[in-house]
Amino acid sequence: MFGRIDVEYHGLFEESSHSMKYVKLGSVVLISFVLVAGLAIPLVPSPAGWLEFPNIPGLEQKARNIFFHVPTAWTTVLAFLVSTFYGIQYLRKKNIDDDLKSVTSAGLGLLFCILATVTGALWAKFNWGSFWNWDPRQTSIFVLLLIYGAYFALRSAVESEEKRAALSAVYSIIAGLTVPFFIFVMPRMVSGLHPGAKGDEGSGPLFEGKMMAANMRVLFYTGLAGFSLLYVWLFNLRLRIARLDYHRLLQQEGE
Amino acid sequence: MVQEENSHRRMMKTWKSIFAIIVKDLQSELRTRYALNALLMFVLTTVSIILFALRGDQPSSTVLAGMFWVVVFFSAMSGLSRAFVSEEERGTALTLQLVAVSSSVYFGKLLFNVLLTLSLVFGVTIVYTVAFPGFTIQSPDIFLTTVILGSLGLASAATIIAAIIAKANSRGTLYPVLSFPILIVLLMSVMNATAKALDGEQFVDAAVDFLVLISYVMVITAGSYLLFDYVWKD
Repeated sequence: MFGRIDVEYHGLFEESSHSMKYVKLGSVVLISFVLVAGLAIPLVPSPAGWLEFPNIPGLEQKARNIFFHVPTAWTTVLAFLVSTFYGIQYLRKKNIDDDLKSVTSAGLGLLFCILATVTGALWAKFNWGSFWNWDPRQTSIFVLLLIYGAYFALRSAVESEEKRAALSAVYSIIAGLTVPFFIFVMPRMVSGLHPGAKGDEGSGPLFEGKMMAANMRVLFYTGLAGFSLLYVWLFNLRLRIARLDYHRLLQQEGE
Repeated sequence: MVQEENSHRRMMKTWKSIFAIIVKDLQSELRTRYALNALLMFVLTTVSIILFALRGDQPSSTVLAGMFWVVVFFSAMSGLSRAFVSEEERGTALTLQLVAVSSSVYFGKLLFNVLLTLSLVFGVTIVYTVAFPGFTIQSPDIFLTTVILGSLGLASAATIIAAIIAKANSRGTLYPVLSFPILIVLLMSVMNATAKALDGEQFVDAAVDFLVLISYVMVITAGSYLLFDYVWKD
């Protein structure tokens, strides 16, 4: 029975458990590197070498959060896109395995969404004065949180597996259609506190401007890569658990 | 020539079946007045709670605009799901699947919900004008456009969610939970535009909100039309 499930590997993110070892190792190494370097490298007013960060006015030591907060937010969006992608795949082919992938990715998306909200709220408390300010980007992460919550509420309210898969796929696509409004329209219409909001002179995320030094940028992209690998590894692990659960359920129904 | 005539005839047939579904829903609604009564009582209840809470205070135009759409949102959540839930409850969903193409069903239900939402907004406007002295519409053009676009958007999102929850358990609680994340964009724009209408601003000042509303209506309606088949067919 276990052999049959192992044979079913195919498609995106699904390498054999052998190469998944490297993904696991890579994510651990990259995230530990970012954790140590991001916290240990000292801030100086005029950095000279690779082992010194510039002192960004207004952010100071709090700038270090960018190596953790932005990658979690990025992974949230990645997980949402993967979940919607497999939702569409399910609607096209009616293969229940695509639904397992979709729900696995949505679960991880919810986890990273909570992490991004918490790291963001902490940063907001010490930089802007309160945990929550209804800044456009805070609003959009809140909406993503609500969408994930609604998605799982819907799934628990439908008994038939096929119906549950189809309905939740449709819901995640419809909800996904409104997300561009939050990412592209709202932040530019309403004035906000995040970089890149309406009326901001830099008018672009922090890492595109001149404020971030080259070594910060390298560390930032290392963080993105590390968190993405962590997502791929967790996705693979949780998908295998979901498949085992599903097959056990089928067996129980057969008995 | 023959082809053109055929496509024309098919078009007429689609319109006819859409119209037939609207008429059927209107007749069954007028027979029981279930949705209309629920909506009316909901509006009266919420507005009187707001009036008790205010105790004679005069809220600002932003607060009034916000409360206007709060009442519209929750009343819509209590009435608009009927379109599909009633078909499932009466066991007529299968018959409807047999006699009509699913796109006609979708547009029929959508237009019925648009009519229901427009009459709901009309009713709430009258109740608000009577109950709040501060609720005077200074720019009727902004208000009318907001109300029409807002009703279209609200009805289009509410219709596809109604189709989804009709197939699920615990429908009553699920409906606002699923609708709210999708409606946030719409609610933010209509609240903005309504506040502008109460403050008597120029039509161009609200143009940004209208652009957001128009693209929202188009995106949601097109998406629902493409996906409706997967929800509706068993």
